[in-house]
Formats: sequence, structure tokens, C-alpha cells
Amino acid sequence: MTPLVELRKVSKYFGPVVSLKDIDMKIYAGEVHCLLGDNGAGKSTLIKTLSGVHKPSEGQIVFEGQEVSFSSPREALNRGIATVYQDLAMLPLMSISRNFFLGREPRVGPLRLYDGNYTANVAREELRKIGIDIRDPDQPVGTLSGGERQSVAIARAVYFGAKVLILDEPTSALGVKEAAVVLKYVVQAKTRGLGVIFITHNVHHAWAVGDTFTVLNRGKSYGTFAKADTAREKLLQMMAGGEELEALAVELDLISKKDPTSAGRMEHGVAEELHREGGSSA
Amino acid sequence: MVAHDERLQSLSIWKRLLLRPELGSIAGLIVVFLFFAITAGGNGFLTWLSVRNYLEVAAQLGILAAAVALLMIGGEFDLSVGSMIGIAGITIAVLSSPDYVHLPPSLAVLITLVFSLGIGYINGWLVMRTGLPSFIVTLAMMFILAGLNIGFTKLITNLTIVSGLQDVVAKDPVAGLFAGSWLGLPASVWWWLVVTIVLSMVLLRTSFGNWVFGAGGDPNAARNVGVPVRRVKISLFMLTAAAATVVAAIQTLSIGSANVLNGQGKELEAVAASVIGGCLLTGGYGSVIGASIGSLILGMVQQGIVYTNIDTDWYKVLVGGMILGAVILNNYLRRKSLEVRR
Ligand SMILES: Nc1ncnc2c1ncn2[C@@H]1O[C@H](COP(=O)(O)OP(=O)(O)O)[C@@H](O)[C@H]1O
Ligand SMILES: [Mg+2]
Repeated sequence: MTPLVELRKVSKYFGPVVSLKDIDMKIYAGEVHCLLGDNGAGKSTLIKTLSGVHKPSEGQIVFEGQEVSFSSPREALNRGIATVYQDLAMLPLMSISRNFFLGREPRVGPLRLYDGNYTANVAREELRKIGIDIRDPDQPVGTLSGGERQSVAIARAVYFGAKVLILDEPTSALGVKEAAVVLKYVVQAKTRGLGVIFITHNVHHAWAVGDTFTVLNRGKSYGTFAKADTAREKLLQMMAGGEELEALAVELDLISKKDPTSAGRMEHGVAEELHREGGSSA
Repeated sequence: MVAHDERLQSLSIWKRLLLRPELGSIAGLIVVFLFFAITAGGNGFLTWLSVRNYLEVAAQLGILAAAVALLMIGGEFDLSVGSMIGIAGITIAVLSSPDYVHLPPSLAVLITLVFSLGIGYINGWLVMRTGLPSFIVTLAMMFILAGLNIGFTKLITNLTIVSGLQDVVAKDPVAGLFAGSWLGLPASVWWWLVVTIVLSMVLLRTSFGNWVFGAGGDPNAARNVGVPVRRVKISLFMLTAAAATVVAAIQTLSIGSANVLNGQGKELEAVAASVIGGCLLTGGYGSVIGASIGSLILGMVQQGIVYTNIDTDWYKVLVGGMILGAVILNNYLRRKSLEVRR
């Protein structure tokens, strides 16, 4: 089976900053591919090179067997690569239906006008399909919760025929229940045959829905692992850069022993927590 | 159960009203009209002459404000529109004056329009290219245009005013488009009406309009979903320059002369009208119709004050107070609209 998208030795530099170095990655249709890594690991940069925001400094992107080079997000979108961004998924003061169609407005009638009734109906119907019941698609997106906004963005991507759906930390700002709802849509998109790239630094969310996992650390890839061949703890350790986490825990231990004040006790608690997460969380 | 539904229904009507950015300005218009009708109704504020007066004042501002509002919704400012009116007026006058180039006025307007579209393009290009706030870029352009205008006008005419266009205007049937009047109302009022309707349609009923909201609300988010933000913003700067040229053509051709000082201060009045009409200073929200209502309010105050016992010197105090009041009201209404949940 040929991958839907493949990255071959992709690197991205911002001046002297090496954000990505020699990344190889394959995304297949009908799978959730989790991209894991700590803050600053290069996850957002990676998907921005995939979605036409950045051009890779080196390496190739192969889409459906063809080498591609996108010069704008619009080009990537037209090929079927849709991205839901971490912080800028939606415009809060704009209505739900206007947000839904932003950039891909239907043009109706001989004058090719924007038809508010038509867009409202489609938006309402598409959101109903994924289980969000909205009475009034003319209400501003700002009235929706964070999880609902992410869901609207996912519904939009699916409606416009995305083949690859990229989600940048869709659950990181959400509460447990809301995150669960978004995870449900991630799985729904996968069962519809989309290739989903799910970016997160929360291993639990990744483990719940992921089929394959790629771990980034400081711009480099630790490799791609199938769910059967790895474990939650291994991923966690790789994400944190393994040994470093251990070292930090030891250091905090020492501090708390030297300084048994309340601040010291707090740090001791943190150290214990890290021990549990990093080492023996099994 | 029934009571529950009724509550939802009334909530929904109130909420639907709250979703209109022009709600505050409509309230303001009613208040201002009633104020003058009561205090100056007996002195002639309600006569046709008075209506005609304030419509004409509002119209020139409204043509400008409709375009400025669209630009503001697109997230940018244009402080050069006032100077643009000045330089466009002089250009039209010099090009059509029998003492100088002596072209038909309609051709002069067309040539001036091409020039001003070029300036608008440069404004937009500079803003997008440098990433500087448009406030700064167009502030610079405001001074540059004003300086060029005085400099060249004095160089060519030795004066700061170009007059004597009445005869050429009378001979050019197309010039009537700017200098004529229909149904007892001057051309400016009809232009205002058409510009408001067309631009409001563009904003609310075209893809481009949706892009304007997007480009102003969050240019990065908009770009990421495929909106050509650069093109949208440059087009909007060209639009405000074109609107300034229309105002210049109306002023110059209907009076038969142009003064280098024409248009001074109009850039801020247009911003005031847009803000009163519900435009958000930070972009992404607002209404063309609101800006036109804002212009009507300002026109009504400026002319209405003449019919009261208040000295006209106090006009600016009133305007300032109204801007402040409108912004606070609009802010409150917008917050409410975000609080009302489905
Ligand atoms: N436009 C940019 N210019 C310069 N450096 C950047 C830019 N975008 C990202 N970086 C750098 O690249 C690194 C990876 O960032 P990012 O991809 O946002 O990480 P993540 O999404 O995994 O938290 C960071 O060190 C960041 O500072
Ligand atoms: Mg990120």
C-alpha cells in the first residue's frame, strides 16, 4: 500500500535555528498517526511544512505518489490536506456558518452570491451529523466552547473532502470531557477513510486513538512505531528525552533534601511525580 | 414546557438584534433625531431644506465612510483619504480647467481615478510588504499627498485654488453624474445610497466580503484556510482611494472649483462614522450600513445644531461625546452578543 503522504528527509531551518532535521514519515489512509513531542520539539513546524505554510529547507514531500511543493495553504487544501490549527482554528466574532465556509464560500445563483440561508443550513446539517446540535448557525463562534470550536473545524475539513486531516494539539486546552468528544471525531474521521495526523504532547490522548506514533525531540525523529510494537511509557520517555527527565528528578530530590522548607517540600512532590510518570508508571 | 419555549423565543429575537453591529447606531440616530426635533423642531429642523442640508453633508462623508468601514473590517486604517480628496480635487480641476489642460471633466475624473487607485495600491503594498501598522504607513501618505498637493498646485497655478470650471462642466453631459441633482436631491446623496447598498452587498453577500471579515479578524487564520489576505487588503486600500476620488469629483464639479485644503480632517470623521456604526477598531467586525448611519448622525448633528440656540462652536464637543458614547454602547452590546448562548 502506498502512503497517502510521505516525508523524505525533510529539514526546516529558520536562520540559525534548526526546527526539523531529516524527518521521515509515512501517513496512510484510514489511520490515526500521532505526532508526539514536548513543547518546541518541532511538531507545529512539521505540519506547517506539510500544509503549505512553510516550504521545507531540504527534503521532499510526496503526496499520493507524486512529489509536491505547496506555495500556499490554499494549494495544500485543494489537494486535500486540511489543517486545524492549535490556536487559530476559528474567528470568534464571525458566525459559525461564515467560519465554516471561510476560504471556500459557495457561490450561488447567476450572480454567484454568498447565500446566508444555504450556508447556515449546510453548517447546521454537517454539525448535526457529528453530533453537535446548533439552533442558530448565525451565532458567533465565540459563544461555542473550545471543544465545540475544534469539532466545527474538523467537520469543516471533512465536509470539504479532506484526504489528510491534520490536527495541531486539538485537545491540549480542553477539559477531560471535551477532549473525549474531540477524540471521538478523530476516530470518526479515520473510519471515513481519512489519514489523520494527530499532534499532541498528551500521551494518554494519543494512546486512546492512535494507530502509529512518531516521536519528535528537538527537531529530530525517534522513529515511527506501530501501537503493537510500543508502550505508552516508552513513548513518554522518548518525548521527554529519557535520561534528562531522570536527571531532573534526581536534581529536584537533592534540592528538597537540602532545603526542607515548604517550597522544598513542593519540589519534592514534583520529583516524586516525575519518578512515577517517567520511570515506573506501569 | 410552553412557557419554556416562549422564553427561548424572546431570547432569540433579542439575540438576533444583538448580532447586528449597527444596532447601537440605529439607537443613536433615533436619539439624535428626537433631540433636534424637540429642541429645534420649531426653528425649521424638520423642514425639507434642513433635511436636504444634512443629507448632503452626510452623503459626502457617507461615501467615504462606507469604504473606510470595509477597510476597517478588513483590519486596516487609511488616514490618507482626506489628503486624497484634496489632491484628487485639484487634479480634476487642473486637468479640466480651460486655463490649464482643458480635458472634458469626465475624462479628468477617469485619469484622476487611475492615479488614486495607484496610490491606494502603494498604500496596501507598503503595509503588506513592511508589516508596519497601516496607521503609520497611511499617516506618512497623508503628509506626502498633502505636501505634493500644495507644492505642485503652487508651482502650476501660483495659487492654492483652481476655479472657473462651470462652463466645461455644463458642456460635459457625463459630469452631471457628479454635479447634477435628481428628485430635488444632489448627486452626492444618490452616490451615497448606491455606494452603501453595493458595498454592503459586497460585504454580506459575496465571497470577497467573507474574506474581508476573515482578513480583519485574524489574518493568519484566514490565510491558513485559503483566504488571499494580501489581495483582499490591497483591494480595500484601492477602494478607499477610489471613494475619496468620487467625493473629490462631486465637490469639485458641483462647485466648479477645488481648494488644496479640501478633505482635510475627513479621514478622522470617516473613522468616527464607522466606529459609531459598530466597526471594531481591531478589525473583523462591523457594518457598512452602520457606517452610513454613523455619517447620517454626524451630518444631522452638524446641521441640526444650527437650528438650536447652541453656538455651532460646540459641534466638536458633541461629536467627541457621541464617539465615546457609541463605542461604549457598541462594546457593551458586542459583549452581550457573545454571552448569549445557544
Ligand atoms: N517562524 C519561526 N521562526 C523561527 N523559529 C521558529 C519558527 N517557528 C518555529 N520556530 C522554532 O522551531 C522550534 C519548534 O517549534 P514548534 O514547531 O512550534 O514546536 P512544537 O509545536 O512542537 O511545540 C522552536 O524552537 C521554535 O522557536
Ligand atoms: Mg505547537
